[in-house]
Amino acid sequence: MKEYKTITEVSGPLIFVEKTEPIGYNELVYIKLEDGTTKRGQVLDTSNDIVVVQIFEGTGGLNRECGVRFTGETIKLPVSIDLLGRILSGSGDPLDGGPNIVADDRLDINGAAMNPYARQPPADFIQTGISTIDGMNTLVRGQKLPIFSGSGLPHNEIALQIARQAKVPGSDEKFAVVFAGMGITNEEAQTFMHDFERTGALERAVIFLNLADDPAVERLITPRLALTAAEYLAYEHDMHVLVVLTDMTNYAEALRQMGAAREEVPGRRGYPGYMYTDLSMIYERAGVIKGRKGSVTQFPILSMPGDDITHPIPDLSGYITEGQIVISRDLHRKGIYPPINVLPSLSRLMNSGIGEEQTRDDHKAVSDQMYAGYAEGNDLRGLVAIVGKDALSERDRKFLEFADMFEDQFVRQGKDEDRDIEKTLEIGWNLLAELPEAQLTRIDNELIKKYHPAHRAK
Amino acid sequence: MEIKGTIYRVAGPVVTVINVPTKMYDVVKIGNEGLMGEVIGIEGDKSTIQVYEDTSGIAPGEPVENTNMPLSVELGPGLLESIYDGIQRPLPVLMEMMKSDFIERGVTATGLKRDKKWEFVPTVTKGTSVAGGDIIGTVQETHNIEHRIMVPPNMSGVIDTIKKGSFTVAECVCRLTDGTELSLMQKWPVRAPRPVSKKLMPNVPLITGQRILDGLFPVAKGGTAAIPGPFGSGKTVTQQQLAKWSDTEIVVYIGCGERGNEMADVLNEFPELEDPKTGRPLMERTVLIANTSNMPVAAREASVYTGITIAEYYRDMGYDVSLMADSTSRWAEAMREISSRLEEMPGEEGYPAYLSARLSEFYERAGRVNTLSGHAGSVTVIGAVSPPGGDFSEPVTQNTLRIVKVFWALDAKLSQRRHFPSINWLESYSLYNNTLSDWYDEHVSPEWSEMRGDVMEILQKESELQEIVQLVGSDALPEDQQLTMEVARMIREYFLQQNAFHDVDTFCTMEKQYKLISAIMKYSDLAITALESGTPLENILAVKAKDTLAKVKFEEDFEPTLKTVLSAMDEEFEELRR
Ligand SMILES: Nc1ncnc2c1ncn2[C@@H]1O[C@H](COP(=O)(O)OP(=O)(O)O)[C@@H](O)[C@H]1O
Ligand SMILES: [Mg+2]
Repeated sequence: MKEYKTITEVSGPLIFVEKTEPIGYNELVYIKLEDGTTKRGQVLDTSNDIVVVQIFEGTGGLNRECGVRFTGETIKLPVSIDLLGRILSGSGDPLDGGPNIVADDRLDINGAAMNPYARQPPADFIQTGISTIDGMNTLVRGQKLPIFSGSGLPHNEIALQIARQAKVPGSDEKFAVVFAGMGITNEEAQTFMHDFERTGALERAVIFLNLADDPAVERLITPRLALTAAEYLAYEHDMHVLVVLTDMTNYAEALRQMGAAREEVPGRRGYPGYMYTDLSMIYERAGVIKGRKGSVTQFPILSMPGDDITHPIPDLSGYITEGQIVISRDLHRKGIYPPINVLPSLSRLMNSGIGEEQTRDDHKAVSDQMYAGYAEGNDLRGLVAIVGKDALSERDRKFLEFADMFEDQFVRQGKDEDRDIEKTLEIGWNLLAELPEAQLTRIDNELIKKYHPAHRAK
Repeated sequence: MEIKGTIYRVAGPVVTVINVPTKMYDVVKIGNEGLMGEVIGIEGDKSTIQVYEDTSGIAPGEPVENTNMPLSVELGPGLLESIYDGIQRPLPVLMEMMKSDFIERGVTATGLKRDKKWEFVPTVTKGTSVAGGDIIGTVQETHNIEHRIMVPPNMSGVIDTIKKGSFTVAECVCRLTDGTELSLMQKWPVRAPRPVSKKLMPNVPLITGQRILDGLFPVAKGGTAAIPGPFGSGKTVTQQQLAKWSDTEIVVYIGCGERGNEMADVLNEFPELEDPKTGRPLMERTVLIANTSNMPVAAREASVYTGITIAEYYRDMGYDVSLMADSTSRWAEAMREISSRLEEMPGEEGYPAYLSARLSEFYERAGRVNTLSGHAGSVTVIGAVSPPGGDFSEPVTQNTLRIVKVFWALDAKLSQRRHFPSINWLESYSLYNNTLSDWYDEHVSPEWSEMRGDVMEILQKESELQEIVQLVGSDALPEDQQLTMEVARMIREYFLQQNAFHDVDTFCTMEKQYKLISAIMKYSDLAITALESGTPLENILAVKAKDTLAKVKFEEDFEPTLKTVLSAMDEEFEELRR
């Protein structure tokens, strides 16, 4: 491999190199510093005259004397089943003092797009034990369902609770967990590690950590490494893999930073115009393949800057993912855990994961009715603030009370409380029974007869 | 002979090549693996190519070959029931050839199968003069769809020989006296509209089985509609409902830069579902194009052209075709990505200055037409739009609304409370309402147009009243206005709301639509009369038949229930009068 000492320019995270041989687009590049350390980079632009390389570990310490070697291949992750139980850096080096991974295979971290024809529509109900998710925003195996949160909100606790409790009822297969931390604080990382250790999850987890003080550019590869590991475990080892990516906002910020360094024309609010495509190459790496046993389920976490769901990061994510679980500051302030606001939340794959064969025949109707009831009660709160409770009709008062009870009994639950779906639906019916029966327009009469507490009692 | 040049520069999907003469839109094979690309710019001896496959590892100096052909699709029997990527490569074939569940690169596959034989029955004989667009014979493509084999546009002559029998798409079935050979297949460059003899005014509604669309904001066959909305508001479900239940003969569904699982869903469902008109599997009338968000953006850019060309081709046979593109915003973004790599002068929000021109050229390819051979055919185009942050003032939504005639405005407030379809009835409009009212009055009921007007008025009134209610509570309204509010609620919940996932409710015939809305209006009339004659509002609102009406839409055989409801309603009001 030829070494060039022909860096002509260093600019932000980019270097410009003159070279003689043809260099491939996206190739992995090693840069040797004068102090003997090596950095890695990737070719962004290659022409007859010059090559532009982005450096993952940042360009600190780089100068024109550095040696540049082009490897002739794209970035690869060495994979083997021994990845399980390991803690690696954001660029895939061991952080846990363990040995290097003895590779069974080396896989391109960008992956390739799954042929849509090869996809099996996800349909296996995952019980997370959290009522607002299982009951009203059901997760299925192979789905990508992000948590939209904000700074200071308990998204990590919720993610951990899900990782601990997630199971497919009636099957004892455990999920393997692939965790990618991007720009998270050391303390957050500790919380996750501690919980994984406490619950024994570490043995069936692979952890990639890019911390807040690690170079931002490295964040661009961390989720790709994690998903490559996940795909390997899912499709080569038949495992059901749950991938937690946190915090995607830090990822997107790194993307913006790179765009700025490349002096690209920015899109909305300074984020690159290709951010949708770029994010989709991460999120779309979830799914189930026909005829294969394993699956990749994604649980990305992102914090919404300024709690604004229309900000490009949550917005573009929501356009790609199969729904979103939205954490609410209001509920959090009310002291409710998990503070999930069901109204803006959605699971697009819920319909295929519920019903008689998977959960229960009344699941959809109960969920729809609770949505309608809670939405109505929630609206009335605004009115009450203006005209007072007395101006409400009897009917409206019932809905107002329903909204309060809903938050207190259905939404609120313990951090270790693992509710099965029967329990979740039971709580739902008990709440609905507080509304006049004629108002339950979303539920068939037959289901009302079968499940409504007033009828069941008889 | 092809002339070979070399790659000069690679930057993502945009590749610059030198030493090879090109024309705009020529298809070029790039690099040692022969990746497919298209010329999108020429400057001096350099040509800029957008490449339809991933360019990782491709290096300057690798060879380049110009095919000298513009990007084209193959048109002939076998299109139906297919699923293609953006450049008409059949996805099942790619899976086989690549021996992978993932899309690898450097594989070419023809749009139509070369080994399948079709039974060709000529409809013209030796000596007949034919011109572009004339039908020379037929092939039964699927159970119900007869594929009409046409003389390619821009071609004419006299039939010398024509053979009945079993042929592959590439074999010659007909020879003209000048020696020209015709096969079951023709090729057409995707970026050029296929010619027609005349464009006509659309005057028949596309019946979709969706109450809010057919009832309030219909699109005409051959018309254009846009459905903008933030994520999760129902663009895809609505588009899929249209693909499933619209009364067109052919459906082209383009998943443009959207989710893989959604396409898998369609593939799973369509062979199982029946076309309500023919009872045949929906797949038999459908062509799918799936270029998902993570597939190459240049192919995404091409996908809408591939789709509309296929739609035009079936239109030319004399069919009514509908095309759904989900989502046109992703197409526009693909243009933006390519344009920014070209370092073109950006327009609004970074989109290229030609965004608006491209959008109108695309929608212009819709229409009800007289085909070259004098038949009537149509292409209806329905585009989903995904505005960032749900903000309709952004360039793609705005430019689209300037072109299309129907606007179905999705509203996150409605979807959040699970009011589906979440189409806002106050913001949406159809500019076809006037031209289509005759059709409705003739085919549905002479009262239709008037009733539609009444319904819209009540809904409008409700929104005004709601503002007052927000300030003083509903009890403060006069009784007649409280009644209006109640009727509006019934219209919203019993008529407008429609559950796409309910076996029965997913599709509603025009007859059922009419009867449902008439029943609601009947309650309204009876209630107003009762109120005027002094019956207390409380009693009117307590009429039980009204609540039963809520469930009529969920019943397959709804007539008996509806009849019971209506006579119960009569009785209850009779009771009140005493
Ligand atoms: N007509 C409908 N009936 C029932 N549910 C619907 C309907 N339209 C939308 N939905 C619900 O809304 C969700 C989001 O709809 P979708 O069409 O995927 O939104 P978009 O394409 O605008 O992001 C669906 O997964 C479904 O749960
Ligand atoms: Mg969609």
